Amino acid sequence: MERQVILNAKHVELTVNRLCYQLIETHNDFSNSVLIGLQPRGVNVLTRLKERLETILGHEVVCGNLDITFYRDDFRRREIPLIPSATNIDFVIENKDVVLIDDVLYTGRSIRSGLDALLAFGRPQKVELLTLIDRRFQRDLPIQADYVGKTVDSLTSERVSVEWKELEGEDKVVLFTPDTNG
Amino acid sequence: MDNLSVDHLTGIKNLTENDIQLIFKTADAFKEVINRPIKKVPSLRDITIANLFFENSTRTRLSFELAEKRLSADTVNFSAASSSVKKGETLIDTVNNILSMKVDMVVMRHPNPGAAKFLSERVDARVINAGDGTHEHPTQALLDSYSIRERLGDVAGKKVVIVGDILHSRVALSNIYCLQKLGAEVMVCGPTTLIPKYIGDLGVKVEHNLQKALEWCDVANMLRIQLERQDIKYFPSLREYSMQYGLTKEILDNLSKKIVVMHPGPINRGVEITSDVADSDQAIILDQVENGVAVRMAVIYLLASKIKRQ
Repeated sequence: MERQVILNAKHVELTVNRLCYQLIETHNDFSNSVLIGLQPRGVNVLTRLKERLETILGHEVVCGNLDITFYRDDFRRREIPLIPSATNIDFVIENKDVVLIDDVLYTGRSIRSGLDALLAFGRPQKVELLTLIDRRFQRDLPIQADYVGKTVDSLTSERVSVEWKELEGEDKVVLFTPDTNG
Repeated sequence: MDNLSVDHLTGIKNLTENDIQLIFKTADAFKEVINRPIKKVPSLRDITIANLFFENSTRTRLSFELAEKRLSADTVNFSAASSSVKKGETLIDTVNNILSMKVDMVVMRHPNPGAAKFLSERVDARVINAGDGTHEHPTQALLDSYSIRERLGDVAGKKVVIVGDILHSRVALSNIYCLQKLGAEVMVCGPTTLIPKYIGDLGVKVEHNLQKALEWCDVANMLRIQLERQDIKYFPSLREYSMQYGLTKEILDNLSKKIVVMHPGPINRGVEITSDVADSDQAIILDQVENGVAVRMAVIYLLASKIKRQ
């Protein structure tokens, strides 16, 4: 398995910083906006964004975590059942501008489930999508991100992994390519 | 702890501790779901569940039906009173006829012990036991332990006394298995005639004095006297039973610590428990009912995930 680091710690920091300013361009002071991270790995991106945004803005940004397990389209197609993570949305999303946040946008199926799950909490004014990595040309569904950290061209056989200091010891994004024989 | 070790839920006896923890963890997520503005998830929209009740039930049937609906499953209901069972049809025939209508899962309550296991070995559907005679009532035990975990943080190390008609109670047997698997200490308390002779073999303590039992425990689970299952008189009168084994506010207030009071319902107010106890803040009877839906959703979800889509 060949490993290629696409973003190192410095790149991740710069990218998060840029995404924050892009969000501010659209959402101003976030008075009518909320950020929602998709469980499990979108939450890590959200944590970084929230930290940086609150430093820049000087006030709190409303954030929540959304679990999409029960809305997935691959239930009963897997060997082991998917075990849900926690959903914490203790605010009203009715008429709010919501930004869904995930780490890697690949087939678009998670986002489709996320949209379904989100609507169980009300009718937002607008929903946008932010992803740290966009694996373009790999979509199964017509879903595109509004904010992208980095676009990656990759094959289906490859894997993109977003790693975090608090979990894996270092902030970085790695592309894994399987070895080709002969 | 990735998957249940069983294909059917016929009793707690067949579950491992991991199974129970997996059910609880999944139920945590469903408890959040049923407190949302839209209390429904689409997971089971291609699953059909038949609720077969060969014995009366209000709470359990409603709870199962609500759990199924909140998972978006299609449901069909059947009660023995209005069915062909009265015309002489056998259990297997009845169920197979229902399964021919493409039903994936069966929730069954039956007056005969072992009925759920018998069915699970003979039909091509997942079976959930909603009470089989005096044998087991697994989802009740799961929701009882889940409620203890919610109130006291953990079940392990807790002391639980089950008071009342242990002899006729499927809730008692399932609770004993469940609590022990989770590491709790269990005591049963009641008149000698209502305590099975060899219950000590299950590793439970036996006590005939309610006061002593309550002083020992952290949680008291008060069972109903099941007059409908009692073929002979086991005690002189309900009044006498109530005087010896009824839980009153006075007894509760005079204990050295605050215990948690549970009841699987239906309550006979003034018999096993007085109204002021049932309505006090130490009673978690209505929490049990709410948790029942979440726990049943978890059981159905986990069993349904084992039905592979073609």
